Amino acid sequence: MSTDLATPEVGGPEAEEHHHDPAVMRKTAMWVFLGSEVLFFGSLITTFLLYSNDVGDGPGSEIFDIPFTSVSSFILLMSSLTMVLAHHSAMRQDWRQMRVWLLATALLGSVFIAGQVYEFTEFVHEGLTVSTSPFGSAFFVLTGFHGAHVAVGVLMLLATYFMSAAGRFRPDRGMNVEIVGLYWHFVDIVWIVIFTIVYLLQV
Amino acid sequence: MAQSAHAHPTPRDYWMIAIILAVITAAEVAVAYLDADAIVVPSLIVLAAAKFFLVVAWFMHLKFESKTYRRLFYLGLVSAPILFGAVLLTFGVLIGS
Repeated sequence: MSTDLATPEVGGPEAEEHHHDPAVMRKTAMWVFLGSEVLFFGSLITTFLLYSNDVGDGPGSEIFDIPFTSVSSFILLMSSLTMVLAHHSAMRQDWRQMRVWLLATALLGSVFIAGQVYEFTEFVHEGLTVSTSPFGSAFFVLTGFHGAHVAVGVLMLLATYFMSAAGRFRPDRGMNVEIVGLYWHFVDIVWIVIFTIVYLLQV
Repeated sequence: MAQSAHAHPTPRDYWMIAIILAVITAAEVAVAYLDADAIVVPSLIVLAAAKFFLVVAWFMHLKFESKTYRRLFYLGLVSAPILFGAVLLTFGVLIGS
């Protein structure tokens, strides 16, 4: 892994040199990007809160299947475990093990997306669509964008996996496992918030 | 679990965190079905916050990062709720949407 988890503190000469390390700059860029994503999802969650009671003639939160979504949440949480284990393997330069955990993470992410597709299909059958009510619009836009982020994460994981399998993986350049991991864990923590605010608090 | 500021966590640490996260998720679902609104909402917020910080600290390694990343993160963490609180207040209370 190009970037040590324990980066030097700010201020010293070592830190000055470290700040010009492309790997550190990429990691910082990813943190800044995630900061912008906080604002993005924060806006969508705020919008949902504003319209959560505006169900019009359509169904509201009573159609949520909490046990099903709880299992989906558990799957996404466990994908964070497999992701961090992939990162740990990469730090030890155990590339084979890294690929196993990357594939496991992509698989768990895909199962989560499949669950979301199933959930959306059920909701549409029960009369809740993106145009049914402000509640429906806010719900589908928020959870849909989250699902799209998970899908992008799965693509990033698979790209890293196949590059490594093909022997073209350069941990010191481009998208390394730590950067992909930061994105993936971020998607996970966004779901932690969505699961609580959108699903559990509406029960 | 590894406690040193710059020590790397081990896979065992990660598994322990994952088990704690699973237990908290189960607790959240159980709490959500309690018939006591006064307890449910604060409990769910506390449990979600616990999961959030566990993932950020251990899986995103913020606990082991430099002060720069930690400051950036806490800055966002404090400013975002203020911003969204203002939006909620503006649209929800003042405009009444």
